[in-house]
Amino acid sequence: MSLTPEYLKEERNQAWRAELRSKTKNKDRMLIPRVKMPELAPEIRVKHQDREVNMGLEPGQAQTEATRCMDCANPTCIEGCPVSINIPKFIKYIEKGEILNAAATLKETNALPAVCGRVCPQEKQCEVRCFYVDKLDKQAVAIGHLERFAADFERNSGVSNIPETAKPNGIKVAAVGSGPASLSFAGDMVKFGYDVTVFEALHEIGGVLKYGIPEFRLPNSVVDFELENLRKMGVKFETNYIVGRTASFDDLKEEGYKGFFIGSGAGLPRFMEIPGENYNGILSSNEYLTRVNLMGASTSNTDTPVLHGKNVAVIGGGNTAMDSVRTALRLGADRAMIIYRRSEAEMPARVEEVKHAKEEGVEFMMLCNPLEYFADAKGRVKGMRLNRMGLGEPDASGRRRPMPIEGSEFELDVDLVVVAVGVSPNPLVPSCLPDLKVTKWGTIVVDEDKMQSSISDMFAGGDIVRGGATVILAMGDGRRAAENMHQFLQETSIN
Amino acid sequence: MRLGKTAIMNKIIAKEFFSDKVVKLVVENPLIAKSRKPGNFVMLRIGEDGERFPLTIAGADPVAGTITLVVQIMGVSSSKLVALEVGESITDLVGPLGKPTNIKKIGTVLAAGGGVGVAPLLPIVEAFKKAGNRVITVIAARNKDLIILEDEIRKWSDEVIIMTDDGSYGRQGLVTVGMEEIIQREKVDECIVIGPAIMMKFASILTKKYNIPTQASLNSIMVDGTGMCGACRVTVGGKTRFTCVDGPEFDAHQVDFDEMLMRLGGYIQEEKKATEIYSQKL
Ligand SMILES: Cc1cc2nc3c(=O)[nH]c(=O)nc-3n(C[C@H](O)[C@H](O)[C@H](O)COP(=O)(O)OP(=O)(O)OC[C@H]3O[C@@H](n4cnc5c(N)ncnc54)[C@H](O)[C@@H]3O)c2cc1C
Ligand SMILES: Cc1cc2nc3c(=O)[nH]c(=O)nc-3n(C[C@H](O)[C@H](O)[C@H](O)COP(=O)(O)OP(=O)(O)OC[C@H]3O[C@@H](n4cnc5c(N)ncnc54)[C@H](O)[C@@H]3O)c2cc1C
Ligand code: SF4
Ligand code: SF4
Ligand code: FES
Repeated sequence: MSLTPEYLKEERNQAWRAELRSKTKNKDRMLIPRVKMPELAPEIRVKHQDREVNMGLEPGQAQTEATRCMDCANPTCIEGCPVSINIPKFIKYIEKGEILNAAATLKETNALPAVCGRVCPQEKQCEVRCFYVDKLDKQAVAIGHLERFAADFERNSGVSNIPETAKPNGIKVAAVGSGPASLSFAGDMVKFGYDVTVFEALHEIGGVLKYGIPEFRLPNSVVDFELENLRKMGVKFETNYIVGRTASFDDLKEEGYKGFFIGSGAGLPRFMEIPGENYNGILSSNEYLTRVNLMGASTSNTDTPVLHGKNVAVIGGGNTAMDSVRTALRLGADRAMIIYRRSEAEMPARVEEVKHAKEEGVEFMMLCNPLEYFADAKGRVKGMRLNRMGLGEPDASGRRRPMPIEGSEFELDVDLVVVAVGVSPNPLVPSCLPDLKVTKWGTIVVDEDKMQSSISDMFAGGDIVRGGATVILAMGDGRRAAENMHQFLQETSIN
Repeated sequence: MRLGKTAIMNKIIAKEFFSDKVVKLVVENPLIAKSRKPGNFVMLRIGEDGERFPLTIAGADPVAGTITLVVQIMGVSSSKLVALEVGESITDLVGPLGKPTNIKKIGTVLAAGGGVGVAPLLPIVEAFKKAGNRVITVIAARNKDLIILEDEIRKWSDEVIIMTDDGSYGRQGLVTVGMEEIIQREKVDECIVIGPAIMMKFASILTKKYNIPTQASLNSIMVDGTGMCGACRVTVGGKTRFTCVDGPEFDAHQVDFDEMLMRLGGYIQEEKKATEIYSQKL
């Protein structure tokens, strides 16, 4: 479904929306303060890896927050959302008290609203484009909190709203990887009537949603519910299946697959390549989070071990770093530190995660850069040497370039270090398709509008195209790829 | 939640004890049986609480749709695997992983396997023989009971030397003694060594002395086996590489075996505790 201005207008002109608009004056709507998300108290939540920090809005809170939204004639918020959710429509349904309709509105364009409501960097996407921020210099309507509210309400209501699907057309298509890009692709293709199979290398479906983002931010049960909905719509899932290894693309073509979507992610951890980085007790955030989230290493009944540290340093300033440092606190660290080479203003993490981390007692060591690690006789890390950084002129990314300050070196006692300095694209798929065009960074080259790669029946999206990005950008890619693959397959099947 | 496990069954078709500690399993998995190459490995998980761990594919029958694994009981995961009976299924099995061995015709190949390392060595010995090489294999273990796959290795080797630490079978001495004897006797064009890290370290020192190109198949600690975590990293030629995707075979002379030995001990406390708890449960 595409949101043309005409369609948006038509929807907005519906009697029930007009009535709601006239019921409360905008002046009064603007007086309402933004809702505060109820949170689990910091001293309790740092003891539980699996208890969600944000507890969700109460129905009354959600309705009041929904009333703030002025149902703008020109809803700029939608432009900020990579999957173009009809934001005023779903919010007005909440104001009206028809939460299931709000949830259905979300599902028109977003296969995973309960996930996005929780993990989208709203402050950079939909909310930053809200009229309140844009024109009034006030706090945005809490679009993310409301999205989560509607999706959670539906999940807990027992009535699940399975989107309608077209009559099966019998055409087989494959999604490689099971992260958000593939899932949203699969959701749309099954709606168009395709026979969709999602192939995943790991033993669990969900990509980063399962192995990366911790339960205190995104409970697995939430992801599982959304996956179950996809399954009910007819999407098939194959775990433990590495496309290009377990079977080749040619094998799958022989089995009748007509189109491929590559959503294999940016799963390869980067290290800094500084002396001592291979000592025991120094690990990538992917390893740390996978052990805890995917393998359940923090619970006593699982076989996968995880190292516990008293003084934990996490290198980096993104969501991955925040998730790692907060995990370390929950696993019993006395000191959990973020070590970041720029200043807080440059940190790419979601604003809410930084706030939560501070409340929980994470120490932020800004403008510091690791130089070297030291170990004990058995090779376990026991300390590190760093230097302090100053900020110079803006670099290519527009952020001020960190420069080492001479003579500022110092040492720090650490017994666990988590390196969260970024990831590289997963080379598995490109390495087995010599004709596939990739950039020098290893990301797959696609036509930006169509998400079509240099091989015509292969589309791609998410982190394998963008490098490290966001859940919702990955999902937007998946939707666009679905739309265009649909068109492509219709055209090729006619000829 | 477990979605979609229809196509791949992972059922155990046959099980044979080579010794108390070393077991051969034939496992149904038609896709891997068809796509695997010598040198590849699989990752397994036994039960929903199990850890992921790697085992080399010791052989495969693409017609029957089965692969062969040879596992030595070390701790919890290998014990859980061996506890499965014929007819039961492995919860998760994924592969083939890792780069296949670079098999070519080069002349004389000296293959050396230590302990359970003989299992992953077997398909490589077979492939080098089939490629037209002269293959000499040294099998080594602590004692007679731990010598495995002797007949299978003999089938694909021009000559087999057996070494045991205690002299209970074959000749007494370490694997390097057998290797050096061959190297001094005739021209060896390439060596392959697979076994405990310490054995590979000394085998590598030996072949370096004689300037013989040598491949070692590293058995690093792994989590995912797909390049995602970096748990398996090793230093090769001064650079950090991931065993699961860049290996598992590397130029032995470039490998920092001391670092590898150190990293293998990274979870020793945790593993010991897990093994204690597991044996109490039994
Ligand atoms: C710890 C962490 C926290 C994050 N927090 C946020 C956040 O708060 N908000 C946000 O918007 N974004 C966040 N991100 C980023 C976001 O998760 C990613 O941008 C997003 O998941 C990318 O989705 P994807 O579908 O491209 O791939 P992924 O989610 O990476 O999934 C790719 C999947 O493909 C599988 N795969 C790879 N190759 C193959 C193959 N050949 N065959 C079969 N399967 C294969 C992989 O095993 C993996 O499961 C976070 C990332 C991390 C790591
Ligand atoms: C690519 C690859 C291929 C392998 N192929 C085989 C194979 O064909 N057959 C086989 O029996 N084993 C193989 N291994 C080793 C096997 O994965 C480990 O023995 C197994 O994971 C041990 O798990 P566990 O829980 O039983 O023991 P743990 O409790 O994990 O370990 C018990 C003891 O074994 C040591 N240990 C743990 N992991 C290793 C390791 N990777 N190498 C050496 N010592 C270790 C520990 O230090 C500890 O002392 C392979 C490893 C790799 C990386
Ligand atoms: S999906 Fe993300 S960007 Fe879009 S409306 Fe929801 S929270 Fe905002
Ligand atoms: S811009 Fe803000 S106020 Fe206007 S419709 Fe969107 S959310 Fe509502
Ligand atoms: S095992 Fe995780 S990267 Fe190799």
